[in-house]
Amino acid sequence: MEVVVNGHSRAVTKGATVASLLRELSLPASRVAVERNREIVRKAEYEAVGLSPGDRIEIVTFVGGG
Amino acid sequence: MSFLADTLTLGGRTFRSRLLVGTGKYPDYPTMVRALEASGAEIVTVAVRRVNLDRTQESLLDHVDPERYTLLPNTAGCYTEEDAVRTCLLAREAGMANMVKLEVIGDEKTLFPDTPALLSAAKRLVKEGFVVLPYTNDDPVMAKRLEDAGCAAVMPLAAPIGSGLGIRNPYNLKIILQTVKVPVIVDAGVGSASDAAVALELGCDGVLMNTAIAGAKNPVLMAEAMRDAVSAGRKSFLAGRIQKKLYATASSPLDGTFF
Repeated sequence: MEVVVNGHSRAVTKGATVASLLRELSLPASRVAVERNREIVRKAEYEAVGLSPGDRIEIVTFVGGG
Repeated sequence: MSFLADTLTLGGRTFRSRLLVGTGKYPDYPTMVRALEASGAEIVTVAVRRVNLDRTQESLLDHVDPERYTLLPNTAGCYTEEDAVRTCLLAREAGMANMVKLEVIGDEKTLFPDTPALLSAAKRLVKEGFVVLPYTNDDPVMAKRLEDAGCAAVMPLAAPIGSGLGIRNPYNLKIILQTVKVPVIVDAGVGSASDAAVALELGCDGVLMNTAIAGAKNPVLMAEAMRDAVSAGRKSFLAGRIQKKLYATASSPLDGTFF
């Protein structure tokens, strides 16, 4: 199925969760925050929150800034 | 007051350095790391952005140790209250403490703040338990409103962000200092070490800068200069300067002259 991650379409397997997506992207959960359809997903829920077709996922982190 | 005991308190946390620095626009990470060290800053600002899904790029957090520095997420680039609040909530979820540099930009060309939206966002974030440090203009009335809204400091600009124009309205900063009780941190517009010293001499509690250091020909040396300037400016303020007079007063005795 397709979801949108940071504005880009991406195929994920059925049954994918926020946690599995982060693993696939090699992103450490400790350094990011995740929104699913504009709702923040708490870190404790990464394993439990499944992805649905068309979900819009935002994964953010910290970059240099003033 | 002993200078050794002179500290800056923000949201119940105490800091020895009154220089806050940004982490943007450095030529490379090693230069940034050395500049941060040279600045003596304990608080460094960071922006919140989409992760780069291309894993070939390094992460800021590989270079800035959150154990050593207090990372202060900003809401740079936010033009609405909604975006600013959303950014702060994401920053907190990403693992930061609850202190944020709140900015809501009102104009692309000047990057001046949209103060009604800023105030509204500040109120919401204070309710959410954030320690809010708002980037605002040099308006004493707005500074008071932000203090009344529960902000832990006010951060008036010296001049437009990244402009390096220095302190354009020291008189407003003085009025702000007499108007609010929370710390006043000059944020944005500082260009050189003397600008930073002036801010502290006026009685401001700190200075936040990014471009003045990162954009200097030698960022590490400029970071050191800023550290010294902030320290010197603060000491000069605490020491109490002499009154300005129009005419001279001799420094050497008039008695005992033999000519």
